[in-house]
Amino acid sequence: MEKRFIYADNAATTAVSKRVLDAMLPYMTEQFGNPSSIYKLGRDAEKAITIAREKIADAIGCSPSEIFFTSGGSEADNWAIRSAVLRLGAKGKKHIITTNVEHHAVLHTCEFLEKQGCEVTYLPVDENGLVTAEQVRNAIREDTAIVSVMYANNEIGTVMPIREIGHVCREKGVLFHTDAVQAVGNIPINVGEQNIDLMSCSGHKIHAQKGIGFLYVKKGVPMTNLIFGGAQERGRRAGTENVPAIMGLAEAVTAACENIPEKAARVAEMRDRLIDGITKIPCCRLNGDRTNRLCGNVNISFLGVEGESLLLLLDANGICASSGSACTSGSLDPSHVLLALGLPHEVAHGSMRLSISDETTDEDIDYILETVPKVVERIRAMSPLWEDILNGKENIQKAMKFVSPLK
Amino acid sequence: MLYSDKVMDHFANPRNVGEIEDADGIGEVGNAKCGDIMKMYIKVDGGVITDVKFKTFGCGAAVATSSIATEMIKGKTIDDALKVTNKAVVEALEGLPPQKLHCSVLAEQAMKSALSDYYRRQGIDPVPIVGEIGDCEDCH
Repeated sequence: MEKRFIYADNAATTAVSKRVLDAMLPYMTEQFGNPSSIYKLGRDAEKAITIAREKIADAIGCSPSEIFFTSGGSEADNWAIRSAVLRLGAKGKKHIITTNVEHHAVLHTCEFLEKQGCEVTYLPVDENGLVTAEQVRNAIREDTAIVSVMYANNEIGTVMPIREIGHVCREKGVLFHTDAVQAVGNIPINVGEQNIDLMSCSGHKIHAQKGIGFLYVKKGVPMTNLIFGGAQERGRRAGTENVPAIMGLAEAVTAACENIPEKAARVAEMRDRLIDGITKIPCCRLNGDRTNRLCGNVNISFLGVEGESLLLLLDANGICASSGSACTSGSLDPSHVLLALGLPHEVAHGSMRLSISDETTDEDIDYILETVPKVVERIRAMSPLWEDILNGKENIQKAMKFVSPLK
Repeated sequence: MLYSDKVMDHFANPRNVGEIEDADGIGEVGNAKCGDIMKMYIKVDGGVITDVKFKTFGCGAAVATSSIATEMIKGKTIDDALKVTNKAVVEALEGLPPQKLHCSVLAEQAMKSALSDYYRRQGIDPVPIVGEIGDCEDCH
């Protein structure tokens, strides 16, 4: 098969779409006004962001006044959790509940707050990366300020039971935040029906530009200001609005939330073809829940293979993939998410994440299915660990229990 | 993270990959938990390393450091091979990202481990000649 270029890392970022770019461009040049200015050029910019806010609110089923623009998902996560603890901590509520597979934007915020005197419960996930509403119920205490559970995991694609967790939080009167960065556009979201109080979203995962996102804050939820200054974002986050980015975000959210069931079904079909095809390779393992899974996520570990080598060789064959979260690529430790599933280091080191989208074609899938086994074989041929596996060495037997059989 | 062209070349086209069936010394360092294992085979004739092969489980830098290390000691006397340090390996690769420097340490250890095995097979204590080979945990 002829070499192709395949972008299979949509969970890392996406290209700005033509539709989004068209929505942005006028606001960089002719429509450059400051929304706070009194003259028509400024008023037009203000009108534009009002409409953008309405579009986003429509897409997730909330009111426009409940949308706060941020620089992206990480900022929204930081703000939501710190804000809840700052406001409720004063009333003695200094307990946070989250999971051990969250994005670092949540985990590192929690670690910071622990140093400030908060107590954090990190709920363990099961072998597929799921927590249950019951676990959340059992962890809630008198002094719990907020529960933060991600909608869908960025590495392994597992989709959490958000509605049920939200229901428990409502019952117990505890704030519920979800990082929905990977879920928007892949799962239909209605914040009211899903009992969500705070929700973080990012633009660049859904074809908007990098550096824009939003936090949904249910009316009445106590908030602190993130940036002090002007009256932008109702004084909560000062600073002149990034009008072109906001226009692009609104267009991206609208586009992403159109026909989700049809799009997701088609993508899931390609995903399943990838999973079924790649797991024919001996000594591998699908990471994440097979059923409760993002439509575009494939995460597979190959024993005897090291993840970075795999990615470099896939790249040499034109395939952009990732090994766990790109944010952790500076670290040598395997992904905290894979370790949280209970995987031994040997299995976690050999992981590959492919994240496809509705732009992926059947031909792309054919090409990936042809390339991955060859690349794995090439790496294993020079791997002393694979040699140990073939020779049935004792040291590797524990790891062998986590993967498919050799023959 | 940026790898030099030299690292990418040695990763994409590793030199001296494989095993030597009748090797005179075999060294293995690292472990699967850290994500790097290097295994090096040497053939020695009259104090000269006449052939060397390697197998590596690890990242791009681990493969590249093992590959270039084999090139640097092949055809050399044992004395000269022992002078090849991890620093020399890094220089030969035109640099490594900071978090990957431990791979060069592992490459030096793999060479020394193969030479130690060679001496042991001759009934000679390798420590006075090769020195102690550190544990791979040391470089983390």
